[in-house]
Parts: sequence; structure tokens; C-alpha cells
Amino acid sequence: MDAFLHQVLAGLATGGIYASLALALVMIYQATHLVNFAQGEMAMFATYLGWSLLNAGVPYWPAFLLTIGIAFVAGIVIERVVVRPVENSPVLAIVVVFIALLVILNSVAGWIYTYTLKSFPSPFPPQAAFKYMSPHEIGAIGITLVVLAALYAFFRFTPLGLAMRAAAQNPESARLVGIRVGWMLALGWGLAAAIGAVAGMMVAPIVYLDPNMMGGVLLYAFAAALVGGIDSPGGAVLGGFLVGVLENVLGAFVIGNELKLSVALVLIVGVLLVRPSGFFGKVHVTRV
Amino acid sequence: MTKKNVFLILILLVLACALPFVVSNYRTFQLTLVLVYAIALLGLNILTGYSGQISLGHGAFYALGAYCAAILMDKAGVPYWATVPAAGAVCFVAGFLFGLPALRLEGLYLALATFALGVAMPQLLKYHHLEKWTGGVQGIVIPKPEAPFGLPLNADQWLYFFTLAVMLAMFVLGWNLLRGRVGRALTAIRDHAIAAEAMGVHNALYKSTAFGVSALYTGVAGALGAIAVQFVAPDSFNIFLSIVFLVGIVVGGLASISGALYGALFIQFVPNIADEISKAAPWAVFGVFMIGFVYLMPTGVAGAVRLLSARRRTP
Amino acid sequence: MKLRFFIGMLAASLAFPALAQKKYDPGASDSEIRIGNTNPYSGPASAYGTIGKSIAAYFKMVNDQGGINGRKINFISYDDGYSPPRTVEMARKLVEQDQVLFMFQTLGTPSNTAIHKYMNMKKVPQMMVATGATKWNDPKGNPWTMGWQPNYQGEAQIYAQHIIKTKPDAKIAVLYQNDDYGKDYLKGLHDGLGAKKSMIVKEVSYEVSDPTVDSQIVQLAASGADVFINITTPKFAAQAIRKAYDIGWKPVQYLNNVSIGIGSVLTPAGLDKSVGLLTVAYLKEPNDKQFENDAAMTQWREFMKKYYPDGSLIDNLNVYGYSVGQTIAQVLKQCGDNLTRENVMRQAANIKRYRVDTLLPGVLVDTGADDFAPIESVQLQRFNGKEWIRFGEVMGGR
Repeated sequence: MDAFLHQVLAGLATGGIYASLALALVMIYQATHLVNFAQGEMAMFATYLGWSLLNAGVPYWPAFLLTIGIAFVAGIVIERVVVRPVENSPVLAIVVVFIALLVILNSVAGWIYTYTLKSFPSPFPPQAAFKYMSPHEIGAIGITLVVLAALYAFFRFTPLGLAMRAAAQNPESARLVGIRVGWMLALGWGLAAAIGAVAGMMVAPIVYLDPNMMGGVLLYAFAAALVGGIDSPGGAVLGGFLVGVLENVLGAFVIGNELKLSVALVLIVGVLLVRPSGFFGKVHVTRV
Repeated sequence: MTKKNVFLILILLVLACALPFVVSNYRTFQLTLVLVYAIALLGLNILTGYSGQISLGHGAFYALGAYCAAILMDKAGVPYWATVPAAGAVCFVAGFLFGLPALRLEGLYLALATFALGVAMPQLLKYHHLEKWTGGVQGIVIPKPEAPFGLPLNADQWLYFFTLAVMLAMFVLGWNLLRGRVGRALTAIRDHAIAAEAMGVHNALYKSTAFGVSALYTGVAGALGAIAVQFVAPDSFNIFLSIVFLVGIVVGGLASISGALYGALFIQFVPNIADEISKAAPWAVFGVFMIGFVYLMPTGVAGAVRLLSARRRTP
Repeated sequence: MKLRFFIGMLAASLAFPALAQKKYDPGASDSEIRIGNTNPYSGPASAYGTIGKSIAAYFKMVNDQGGINGRKINFISYDDGYSPPRTVEMARKLVEQDQVLFMFQTLGTPSNTAIHKYMNMKKVPQMMVATGATKWNDPKGNPWTMGWQPNYQGEAQIYAQHIIKTKPDAKIAVLYQNDDYGKDYLKGLHDGLGAKKSMIVKEVSYEVSDPTVDSQIVQLAASGADVFINITTPKFAAQAIRKAYDIGWKPVQYLNNVSIGIGSVLTPAGLDKSVGLLTVAYLKEPNDKQFENDAAMTQWREFMKKYYPDGSLIDNLNVYGYSVGQTIAQVLKQCGDNLTRENVMRQAANIKRYRVDTLLPGVLVDTGADDFAPIESVQLQRFNGKEWIRFGEVMGGR
């Protein structure tokens, strides 16, 4: 029983990683109705920028906030410069652009920072009495929940959040009421990039920083976002924990560690087929 | 099919047949790979270009075809030429089966599901219960076929011609398929699925069949590729392979048969050029090419060629 | 007229016997020696690409110092992205188009497996491959292929024997990477334990695509094992060491040689969490305080600063590249003016107790007609929180 509990808690810890990246994925989806394949690499790159700042001597929290700021601006720039021209192109063109972003960011990070492992500091104390989860893992989950709450409040209670939701759901009508849809999309990307930066900086102390850091995480984050509902931030976070625990428990007790990616595959395909809106997402009905 | 086009194709064919005798064995080997990729890209194009279903996991079908060929040759002693149709058949079934649940998925969701397939494939191939057949992480080494009937060709040349023959057959088949009812049905489904269904096109059947046929083509390519390279190992078939295929059809030109050939030339030779430009970030160069083509030449090289020749024709 | 010219040349060549003895295969000439290589400069294994870069830098230094027997080394290295089909393509390009004299330090077990048959069929040396798989030491079956580093199975057998000797009633847990390298170690471990294989109470694998190995460590700890054999690459090694410590599991831990870098693995893991780690080694570690003033390592640091300034001074892969470069330089020196592929192999199989100064004291490079494993000696060492302290004797080899 102890072993099982331990796996569940370890799963919650890894799940926290997936949840934070899934949040960023959901953010982009809510703002633009697009699945951003490059989200993981954007988060990784932002984390490297944070690492550079820390290396230059900037203390942790200022570097943390500065990185989020830079990521935010970079996200907006990417939307305006890279995504804008293909906004109205067929889906395939958009997917290709995202994949291109993915490989470019990955390559450039490797080129600038090399592939040697780097450690990234944690703002939380290094040891605690609770042996199943480290203080950082608990702290990272906490930060993810804080970001979630902030997002929820933003979308629900602020006029800007409302405008963003309108722009994503019905761009024509939104324009008619005076919402600058283009800038709403850019804002969505900026926010997603910022959330991704937070995710990266929380994840790096656990998995260590290297250009392929987010490679493995991305698929599980997708699964998490889908399970929870691709347009529900709360669902995505819950989905993240669920995927983490499932992966750990199944891997340890049921199917062995060699098929964990297949679990993600089955989850993704299964959710898409049975309940594409996930547990908490909105069901979209297309009427002819 | 105008007379001029037929003439052009014949010239190309003659050139293609002459090449292995003019260039080195190494180049012949590279050209064989170009032909292999052309078949794979045509497969992907049938699915994505003509039928509008995005696949980010076609590397998985390529892998399936490659392993079919390798296992049949290594464990069952099947001659190399028989493994090609076998691989095609297996992949058709696999593709059709994957296509059934994938029917309900559109655009980005389908991309996501196929992405997951592409990522999970190498791990599946390494699964230790399958190791007896797949050779596990060590992979399988395949002997190189020699020219039959004592023809005066060396192994590289023979393989080139064998691949060329298969490619021509697959291209002609594909051209027939896409030109006729099936092609029109697929294009109708791609452009407006609901209207197509309303017009009597059985969406489900056509879409699954498209998946199956597309997988068949890519599987045949995988088998030929395995024979050319003489080695299969799980990590050769990771998600980057699927991404490379995607790049190939975007650059070559969607919904275009000649596009498959342009795309194949691109994905075979450009990484070498990218290597020269920047040893540090070759994939970055690849990525820039991808974006460039999407912005500047969204119909790919084939589309550009078509535009140019159309412009020349009108006075 | 032509006949006289011909007789004149014949006489001239007879008068200079040394000139007549120069023998070249494609890739060698009076002025250069072309050496081919593939390395993963891109893709998932690109961390190892620094080996290719450090070798290139080493050859640049050799050329600056006058080359080998007056010939400059032309080191041509292509990226194969750790993908065997690309390795095949690049190897064919190097052999058939670039006409290299031999291939050197091609990296990766699957990559080398893919070209193994081809190289032996073409009779082009596949020299000092950058992998520890055991199958390269096969002079009868594959006379054109040779390894360099101590092989994985040998290393695992040493751990097995050490456990049997020091802790005969141990319960062993193993974590291994689910690929050729990990499985090679595992085989060595099983072979080394022999009849005592039942000492292994739990064996779990992980994929390179897994974000963390935390779940695996928890599984291993739950098995009640008191010995842990850690067969992981640097990133996962750091994670494993840290997690084991954090959950309070304190087994006797053996860490594979691939991941013993103090700067690249133990520092991220936590130096205090790495106390007591056991491993074998054959190279001097760049962050090891014992070698701070060591002449060879000081020279290495100067070499890095001058010829490979982008390279990391805490990455032991760069010491590896420098050391294997020295080894091949010695082989080429031994070849003299006879630069045929056959002679390169002959000289490579004729390295007699050669000392490379960045190898640990007591570790020598030695080969023979039936011994295609240049480095077999290793020594056990234990980490004390700051440095690796060697103990016991130098084992293996002659």
C-alpha cells in the first residue's frame, strides 16, 4: 500500500509538470482555437533566457519576473510576425508553421547553450520532512494553482478577459462591437508564452535544463489538456494530475515502464473519440 | 494529359534510367532514397493533400513497412521483392484500422492523434515482448540483394531500377485513382465534408480507405527504404521522420503527384546543404525553409511550376 | 624520347628507395591524411556531438604543430542526427565520394551497427568507434572494426564481481536505459553475476523520452533493495541520484561510467547527495581536484582554451575526445609512410602499452592481433563529496 501511495504522490508531482504546460496549451487554444505544437520549446527557450539572467547575477525572483515579461513580449512578437501571415490559411499551413517553430527553437537553443546539462535553481527550501514529495514539487504545484486561479479570474471578471474570449469564439461579431481581434490574438500568445515560461522554470529544477527538456513532456501535456478539456484551464490542470498519476501507477504496477508513451497515445485517441471536449470542456455542436 | 506532358515524362524516364550508369554508386544510392521518399510522400499526399486529413505520424507506417520487410527477410527467409507487397498489405490494414477511429477527428485534433502515434512508435518497436521478432534495440541487419538473371548491374544499380519500377507502378496507380471517382470524392470531402455527405459520398468509407491507401504507399516506401539502407532500428523512426515527411509535401506541393518527387528531392538533399551552412543548427535551417515555403510558395514547388507554365502559355 | 624519359624516372626511383616505399590508399598523400567521421550534432543525442568537435580541435592543434610525419590531417565530420539511415548515407559519402583513408570514432551503437557490414566489405577501417558495445572486439569476424573505450559488459561484470565479493547477500535493484547501451550493460551484469543472478530483485527501464525517472526510483526503493545499479545517461543519472536521496533510500550505488562527470552530473544532482557513489573510470575527470595541477590536465585546459573555446571545461566528453585523438595520432605515427588501410589496421592492432597522459595512472592502451579492445583497464573509485578517490587495483587488460 505504501508503494502505491508513493507512486500516486510521485505521479502528482510529475502531473504538476504536465499541468503547467497544459495550462499554456489551453491558453493558446482559448485565445486562438489553435493547438500550438511549439509550446514546449517556447517554454524551454524562455527557461534558458531565465538561466542566462541568473548566470549574469540577477537574483531569483527579479529574474523570474523578468523572464516572464520577456516571454510575454516574445509571444506577442511571434504571433504578429510568424503566425499572422498564415492565420487564414488552411490548417495544414498553420501546423507546418508551428512545427517549424518547434524545430527552430530547439536547434537554436542547442546551438547557443550547447547540450550539456544545466541546473536551474529552485526558490523553495531544499529539504523537508515529507519524504514523498520534495518542497519544490509541492511548491511548483502551488504556483501552477496560483496561475490557474489568476487565469480564471482574468477571464471571468475582467473586461479584457471577456474581450479575448469573444474574439476567439466569434471574431466577426467581436470586431463589430469594437474589439481589436488581432491584438486579442497577440495578447493570447503573449499570455501563453508567459505561462509557458513559468512552467519551464518550475519544471527545470526537477528534470534539469537541456534543449530536449520539454520533448517528453509535450505529449503528456497534450494528453492532459485533452482529457481535461482543451478549452478549460481548470480541466487541463486536473487532466495533468490525472495523466501523471495514471502514467506512474500503470507503469509501475500494470504494463511496465516500456509502454508509457503508448498510454499517452491511447489516452489521446480515446478521449478524442469518446468525449472530444474532455471532462470539463464545452461541447461544440456543428449544425448544417 | 497533354501530348507535351507525355513527351516530358518520357524524357524524364529516359534520364532516370541513364543516371545510374553516369553517376557514382553513392549517388545512385542517394537517388534510390529519393525514389523511396517520393513513394512515401505520395502516400501522405493522398491523405493530406487530396483528402484533407492531416497526419503527423506517417513515420509510423514507414516504420511498419520497414520492419515487415526486415522481419520477413530475416526470420522467414522471404525474398526481398516479395516483402514489398507484403509490407503494403500489412500497412493498408493498419492504416485502415487507424483511420476508422480517426474518422471522427478533424484538422488539429487529427494532427494531434497522429502526432501521438508518431511519438509512441519507437517505444512500441522496442517493446521487449516483441523483441524476438523485431530484434529490439539492436535492430535487424538486412543483406543487400544482387541483380538477378546475371544482369550486368551492380547491387546499387539494380536496387535503383527495382525501386524505380515500383515507384512508376505506384505513381500510375495513384494517378488513376485520384483522377477518377475516388479522387473526386476525396476532394469533395476535403473541401466540404457535410455537403459531400449530403451528395451521397460515403464519407466514412472513403476517409478510412484514404488512410489505408496512404499507409499502404508509405509502407511500401518503408520496405524499399529498409532494403536500401540494409538496417532497421527503432530509433530511426522517431517523430522527426514524420515531420520530415510533412515538410516534404508542403515544399513539394499538396494535392500534386509531381509534388511528391520535388518534395523527395528536397528532403534528401537539403539536410546535406543545411549541414554545410550551419553544422550547429541544421534543423533550424530546415525550419526556416519550411516557413519560407509556407509563406512564399504555399502551393509548393509543383504549384509554382504549374503557375510558371500557365503564365508562359497565355500570351 | 619517351623511352629515355621512362628509363630516367626508373633510375631515379631506384636511387631513392625511401620514395619508392611510400604507399598510399585513397585518402592519404604526401601532404594530407583524410579521416572521416559521423557524430550526432543535431537531434536527441546531440550532447555527444562535443566529442566530434573536440577531436576536430585536437587535429587542428596537431596540424599547427606540423602534422604527423609531415602530413596534415583533414578531418571530415558529418552530422547523422543519431539516425542509422543517415549514418549509412554519410559513411558511403565519406568512403565513396570524399575518399577518406578510414572512418574514425563514429558515434553510437545503432549507427555503427548500420555500417558494420559495409565497412568490412569495403575493407575500410572503422576505427575506434565511440561506443562501449562489446561486439566491436571481433578481429576474426570483422577485422576492419575496432573499439576504444572499455566496453559496457566488462564494466558491469566488474560491478557484479565487486558486489559478490563485498556484499554477498545483497538485494540488487537496477535502473537501465531502454536501448542498446542500457541492455548491453544489463547483459554484462547478468553474466557477471552468473549463478547469483537471483540477487537482482528488481529491474526497471526508462525511455529517453521520459521526463523524469522518479517513478522508477520509487519502484526500486519499494523493492527493498540495498544495492542500486544506476545505468543511466547524464540527465537521468542526476535525477536518479537526487530522487533516491530525497526519498530516503540509501543503497550502495554503482553509477555507470558514462555519467560520472562531477560538473555535468554530480553537481546538478547535489554533491552531498552523491557521497558514496561507486564507479569505474579510465579517464581523468576535469573537475576532480586531484588533477587540478596535473600536467596533462593543465595542458588539456590550455588546449581547450586555444582550440575549442566554446567547449565546456566541465564536460568529460571533451577529455574523451582529446584522449582518443592522441591514440589515433600514435597509430598514424607508427604507420610512417605506409598509409594503406591495411597498415593502419595493422598498426592499430599493434599498440603496445602506450600511455595517453589524460588516462588515469596505470591505464594503458594496448592491442594485439586477437585483442581489438584498446583500453580494458579500469579502476574502481568512490565519490567523497568532492572528488573521486580511486581504490583497489587497476583491473582488466594486460
